[in-house]
Amino acid sequence: MSLLRLRDFSAGYETDLPIVKHVDMDISRGEAVCILGPNGAGKSTLIKAIAGQVRCLGGSVHLADDDITNAPSHALARRGLGFVPQTENIFTQMTIRENMQIAAELLPKARRADQMQRLFDMFPDLKARPNTLAGALSGGQRQMLAAARALLTVPEVLILDEPSAGLSPKLVGQVFETLRQIRAAGVTLVLVEQNVRAALDLTERAVVLVDGRLAHDGPTDVLRDGKLLGELFLGSRHAEVVA
Amino acid sequence: MSPQVLIDGIIAGSTIGLGAIGLTLTYSILRFANFTHGDFLAWGAYLTLTVSGFLGGLLAGLGIGDPLGPFSFGWGLPVSLLAGMALTVLLTLGLDKVLFGRLRRRGADAIIIVMASFGASMALRSLLEFIFTANPAYFTRELQIAQKIGMGMRATPDQMLTVGLTAVLVIALHVFVTRSSTGRAMRAVSENPGLAGVYGLDVQQVIRVTWIIGAALACVAGVMSGLLVQIRPYMGFDLLLPLFAAAILGGIGSIPGAMLGGLIIGLAEAVTVQVVGAEWRAGVAFVVLVLVLILRPSGLFGRRV
Ligand SMILES: Nc1ncnc2c1ncn2[C@@H]1O[C@H](COP(=O)(O)OP(=O)(O)OP(=O)(O)O)[C@@H](O)[C@H]1O
Ligand SMILES: [Mg+2]
Repeated sequence: MSLLRLRDFSAGYETDLPIVKHVDMDISRGEAVCILGPNGAGKSTLIKAIAGQVRCLGGSVHLADDDITNAPSHALARRGLGFVPQTENIFTQMTIRENMQIAAELLPKARRADQMQRLFDMFPDLKARPNTLAGALSGGQRQMLAAARALLTVPEVLILDEPSAGLSPKLVGQVFETLRQIRAAGVTLVLVEQNVRAALDLTERAVVLVDGRLAHDGPTDVLRDGKLLGELFLGSRHAEVVA
Repeated sequence: MSPQVLIDGIIAGSTIGLGAIGLTLTYSILRFANFTHGDFLAWGAYLTLTVSGFLGGLLAGLGIGDPLGPFSFGWGLPVSLLAGMALTVLLTLGLDKVLFGRLRRRGADAIIIVMASFGASMALRSLLEFIFTANPAYFTRELQIAQKIGMGMRATPDQMLTVGLTAVLVIALHVFVTRSSTGRAMRAVSENPGLAGVYGLDVQQVIRVTWIIGAALACVAGVMSGLLVQIRPYMGFDLLLPLFAAAILGGIGSIPGAMLGGLIIGLAEAVTVQVVGAEWRAGVAFVVLVLVLILRPSGLFGRRV
């Protein structure tokens, strides 16, 4: 059975104006899926709606057996859904440690210190300066902190919105290296990316969203030569669901 | 100028500062300027007065109603104050449930919520006048003699107590907000409520805590003002401008800032009363507010705005 299940899912910022329209999607435990699509396709809106940040206007989302349609974000975080927004994804007026401590409170008391230590070990850049204000971090370090914060709570599924956006090529490499580690640890991963090549290398399955609708869903290899993807982005081919 | 303005300013500033802390917290966490906050002070004073009315007779009957040491009140007042704080908290949580929370869930603009608070303020004030009449009321009829406290300044024991109580409350609150996990959650929600949810924080719970702290402090400030001056239905409304001026002067969201802002407004008022004349007192907060908005809109400790 799928871990994350969307049925006829619509979402948007105003009741009468759905941005994401009638999406059906199944993501299994341990799978890594990337969501691709042109700018403004509704990728961010889709995952924000799953994470309780945008209202679902129709259909449903299930996380394992639980109906999480329109559940508040904090309940989803507690339920094991980790979400890293595209921008403003850390508290800039708090220190690195405080950012981690807030997230750590979702864990039982006894596990907090160990788990924080484990994440700091994974991100030496953060470990080196726990008392620095997060607002003073570089773009790449911010993405590290955002990912570390989300991983701290050991989510069943981790959803990331363009973690490599606006980073230098070197940092993009670092972010994807981190994602590869997360992937290797068996975390179910849903990744929105503009960095198509890297995303296709990391994940085994790609979902293409065009104008709020599912335009393609299948293994990443078929998209690799770029021709099909180009056609999908331009809208000359529709709804080829291979899954 | 006599040194007495210093102590007069600190005494008035204590009340303003405590009130301004609640205002600044509501502003930074609920993101709207709450015009009912002044009325929370007035309601806090009247609710405490009501409880102390019941309690006074009871304690007198038990023979323990006499004033405590040098103060003008007995055990009845501190006990009533605790009850008054609890009742004021219930009032604000109730108001949030029926009014502000509803608007919030509907995604109303901040300006709509501000207007709603303006309306609620008028309603709360009229209700006080209806129940308790517009005549001033007093916690105590005891007279207090101002005592020398050095450097040519005088203050009554009640006044000194309120200043001390304010200092304790502000320090305790500051430690709470900077050290406790609840305080951390409040700072998180104040920076970004959406992200706070993503981090797993229950924003509604943080909002409730904010109302509880704001209402409890408003009640203390109202009772202090009622003890040192008098209790009137308009007491909170009249304090509204000084409260806003203090909160903005200190920098929205800053607790030490609101307290310092309160003290500065209190001192400015005391100086004005002595140098210019008592009738200009009410204009002081207005002038300070305008100056701050022109010269340093983010206030002394401001980060946002
Ligand atoms: N907060 C908002 N309020 C109203 N409309 C919004 C909001 N955010 C996005 N939109 C609209 O929703 C549509 C989809 O935006 P979304 O951010 O989901 O696209 P995206 O696929 O993530 O694009 P990008 O690749 O540029 O990040 C756009 O038309 C956008 O204008
Ligand atoms: Mg986006």
